[in-house]
Amino acid sequence: MPITLLILIPLLPLIGFLINGTGFRHIPKGAVGLIGSLAALGSFAASVAVLFAFKEGGSQPIVVSLFDWIRVGELNIPFSFQIDQLSLLMLMIITGVGSLIHIYSIGYMKHDPGFGKFFSFLNLFLFFMLLLVLGSNYVIMFIGWEGVGLCSYLLIGFWNKNTDFNNAARKAFIMNRVGDLGFLLGIFMIMNAFGTVEYTEVFRQATGLPVGDHVVFAITMLLFVGAMGKSAQIPLYTWLPDAMAGPTPVSALIHAATMVTAGIYMVIRSNVLYTLAPQTLEIVAVVGAVTALFAASIGLLQNDIKKVLAYSTVSQLGYMFLGLGVMAYSASMFHVITHAFFKALLFLGAGSVIHAMSDEQDIRFMGGLRKKLPITFITFAIATWAIAGLPPFAGFFSKDEILAHAFEHNKLLWGVGLLGSAMTSFYMFRLLFLTFFGSFRGTPEQAHHLHESPASMTIPLVILAILSALGGLIGVPEALGGTHQLAEFMSPLFDAARQANPEAFGALALSHSEEYILMGVSVGVALIAAVVAYGMYISKSAVPAPESEARTGVENVVYHKYYIDELYDTVFVKPMKTLSVLLVSFGEFFIDLFVEGTGKLVKGLANLGRQTQTGSIAYYVFAMVIGIVVMLFWNLLLK
Amino acid sequence: MQEPSIPDIVQLIPLKSYLILSTALFVIGILGVLIRRNAIVIFMSVELMLNSVNLILIAFSSYKSDPSAQVFVFFIMAVAAAEVAVGLAIIVMIYRNTRTIDVGFLNKLKG
Repeated sequence: MPITLLILIPLLPLIGFLINGTGFRHIPKGAVGLIGSLAALGSFAASVAVLFAFKEGGSQPIVVSLFDWIRVGELNIPFSFQIDQLSLLMLMIITGVGSLIHIYSIGYMKHDPGFGKFFSFLNLFLFFMLLLVLGSNYVIMFIGWEGVGLCSYLLIGFWNKNTDFNNAARKAFIMNRVGDLGFLLGIFMIMNAFGTVEYTEVFRQATGLPVGDHVVFAITMLLFVGAMGKSAQIPLYTWLPDAMAGPTPVSALIHAATMVTAGIYMVIRSNVLYTLAPQTLEIVAVVGAVTALFAASIGLLQNDIKKVLAYSTVSQLGYMFLGLGVMAYSASMFHVITHAFFKALLFLGAGSVIHAMSDEQDIRFMGGLRKKLPITFITFAIATWAIAGLPPFAGFFSKDEILAHAFEHNKLLWGVGLLGSAMTSFYMFRLLFLTFFGSFRGTPEQAHHLHESPASMTIPLVILAILSALGGLIGVPEALGGTHQLAEFMSPLFDAARQANPEAFGALALSHSEEYILMGVSVGVALIAAVVAYGMYISKSAVPAPESEARTGVENVVYHKYYIDELYDTVFVKPMKTLSVLLVSFGEFFIDLFVEGTGKLVKGLANLGRQTQTGSIAYYVFAMVIGIVVMLFWNLLLK
Repeated sequence: MQEPSIPDIVQLIPLKSYLILSTALFVIGILGVLIRRNAIVIFMSVELMLNSVNLILIAFSSYKSDPSAQVFVFFIMAVAAAEVAVGLAIIVMIYRNTRTIDVGFLNKLKG
């Protein structure tokens, strides 16, 4: 495989970042968009070329060492890239969806004064994300991990004149730090236990360990804490809905399609370790299922178009972790891929709506947009269909596979997942109906201004809609006459895990008829939820109550997101603030006493000395004479 | 080398008297500088102190028959003449600017 091609993949976005980042005040807008998008597209082309080269080369994992990076005693951390099935899939998602979102941003951000800044940040994000998935050891993954966190912070607070947005950015950053600490400790434990951080070496050594090893349990738990932060799982999920403060393409790229799936990537990458720690997997599955249900229930009552999608993202990430927890690694990856398609599409569609509505995000003031924004409507509807898990679109295949594995593993988890799936279908159709059907509820100016978005925005929508519709075909299960190419493609990744824990990797024990029933149940539930949404929001044309109206009981609690933000505020933020205020005043008292005391002492002494300078010459001469006399006496008489 | 003899006339007055005279002159000079406020008088007092020192130098030079001190005194007188020129010029300028030569008035050096 040509190494230069491989290096080009992360290098192109970095070059784009450097050009746009250093020269965005001088480069014309057209060129900025072109450079940014070409960097992403070039990276995509290089990824495709690498994919073909990989397949020609017999699908063997390749580690390309660029240079020695850290060499301390026994520990040697090279700066190297690893190409295998997993990193290739991630590369395709990141560069593919990333390119589309870059192109979309040209249209969406056209009127923004920070156009150049935006593109340089997007390119920087791509660079770090590619580093994250390309690295051949945990430390390089950690560089990317922190880098995407930084870019996420920069882009959430992109409109940095708004204090709320800045607070959202800080919240995201700080919450991620909590997870990052876990991840970092996990890496340290890996160093301690295996003496290396290279994936291949760690996994080779790990296969020799017994199932349920305590060290592996601790490592996997710590790594999972990192994944919780980055992939917005309970209890570290509250930053993601707030992250919607960023521009919509950012929400699509970072907070839906790529960065938030880094946690899932990491777990799949470490599948050998996780397979050896069934207790951790149990926790992962429960956290995932609970998050899926919990976030979906919050999504039911949200009225901000992007907030609904944000909770939906948290919920879908929950499904992915549920899949990981029941060891359906390839099914989770499948859901990562399909989710990247339809959730990016949903966000970009929402962006198109917001663009047309002159920055209105509240679905209570939308309605009837399908006639004015036909392309956005059709693509949005396809994505809704896909995320609701209705056949034959992408979401059906991936979500069903996860639910089937969950059913096999634990019926309760399956039930929770199914309930979440019904809720997903309900809130997505509610969103679709309230936004695109009925009559327009905004102001007359908005109605006058309504327009379909420019081609640079609609073309990515159409491409993503096609992918959302057909993306599921890469993983058609055997029960439906397919061969599940994705699972086959990814199968070599799990060889080591199979060897380490053979019992855990039994084939799907469900018979085809059972699978049909499961599919029927989940599709039926989703359809019923959709019909209920239809009944409420189209037949009765109900509109959610305005903010001012009092809500009662459960509805009130759910509407306020279970008061989790308030809870965190009281339990963590406020005590921390009180403590820091206390420490500040304490420190100021003592340190100021010392510093200012020194200054005051010098000043006082100087003031005393100043008194002797009267300005009278006679006085000076007198002092001089006295001085001479004293010296004479001293020298002549006293000695 | 032949020891130069001291003129008898110088021996008539003992060295002690010279010392007392020049000390008296020096103290008068100091007191003049300290007490008087008129710049010209102060200046004259300074000259008095200077010349009392010259007197001591000459006295010792005569008693020791060493002429080098007398050379020194000539230098001092030349330098003092230059100093007088500068000093008087300063006093004139002070008078022109302030219409007074009272040194008590010149207290602008106060810190």
